[in-house]
Amino acid sequence: MVWGGWDNFWAMGGYGSFVWGSYGVTVVALAIEVWLVSMRRRRALAEVERNRRHGGEGR
Amino acid sequence: MQTNVLAAGGGWWKYAAPNLFYPLAGKMIPWFAAAATALCALGLYIGFFVAPTDATQGESYRIIFIHVPSAWMSMFLYVVMAFWAAVGLALNTRLSSMMATAIAPTGAIMTFIALWSGALWGRPTWGTYWVWDARLTSELILLFLYLGFMALQAAIDDPRRADKAGAVLAIVGVVNVPIIYFSVKWWNTLHQGASVSLSKAPTMAATMLTGMLVMALGFWMYSIAISLARVRAIILERERRSDWIKELAGNA
Repeated sequence: MVWGGWDNFWAMGGYGSFVWGSYGVTVVALAIEVWLVSMRRRRALAEVERNRRHGGEGR
Repeated sequence: MQTNVLAAGGGWWKYAAPNLFYPLAGKMIPWFAAAATALCALGLYIGFFVAPTDATQGESYRIIFIHVPSAWMSMFLYVVMAFWAAVGLALNTRLSSMMATAIAPTGAIMTFIALWSGALWGRPTWGTYWVWDARLTSELILLFLYLGFMALQAAIDDPRRADKAGAVLAIVGVVNVPIIYFSVKWWNTLHQGASVSLSKAPTMAATMLTGMLVMALGFWMYSIAISLARVRAIILERERRSDWIKELAGNA
């Protein structure tokens, strides 16, 4: 470990809030994007299924 | 129909037909997602455990490993989005327009990440989260272009009309991309100039550069994977009344 312990790693030489604030928001943003796309797919598939069952009314 | 004419020609053109592209994209997504995961893991390892502390900025510079890749992707995705929008407009291919629509949210997120990480990097290095210099302002305009494209398309009920209106906005907005890129040369900006360019050696340590490039590749692979996943959902939404989609649902 080049950091000499996890405490030093999380501290980031005093810039911890800036570094982890950047990485944290990035991870959350990408996780939300993946979740939204999977929800969109699920909704679309449900709509297709409804269309198929009820003779293709739909919008 | 246009897509059938293209499909009849054979070759890779046939994938311009949504019913052939849909399963192909489905097969490609896991590979791009795996590549994105592996590259980001490697890039973060290099960025945090191999790359040395910066002599002047200390550890705050490590924001670079997401800031530069997200900023590059924000500009690159815009060009790709405008390209597909223009192809859709010129050749009347539905899938091209759907591709443009699918890329926009990812481009907006990359732009947001670039602005956010830039603000958190600006505070310790410049003493301010935000400054209205040419680089930052033009990147903010890029975010508004993405959001404007999405809002415009969402406001128009007919998908093909939404495609065309969005395409015009996307194509006009392309002028902003070179403005962002060259802003640090054309104007006197607080934002530093490019550390990496084709004409001269990079002005950073080799391991820092490697970490940044690996992360950029990872972000690129992620963008492809998520855009393909989104375009598949869009295909389902738009083609839900076509027979092949009903067959697909029937078989599942």
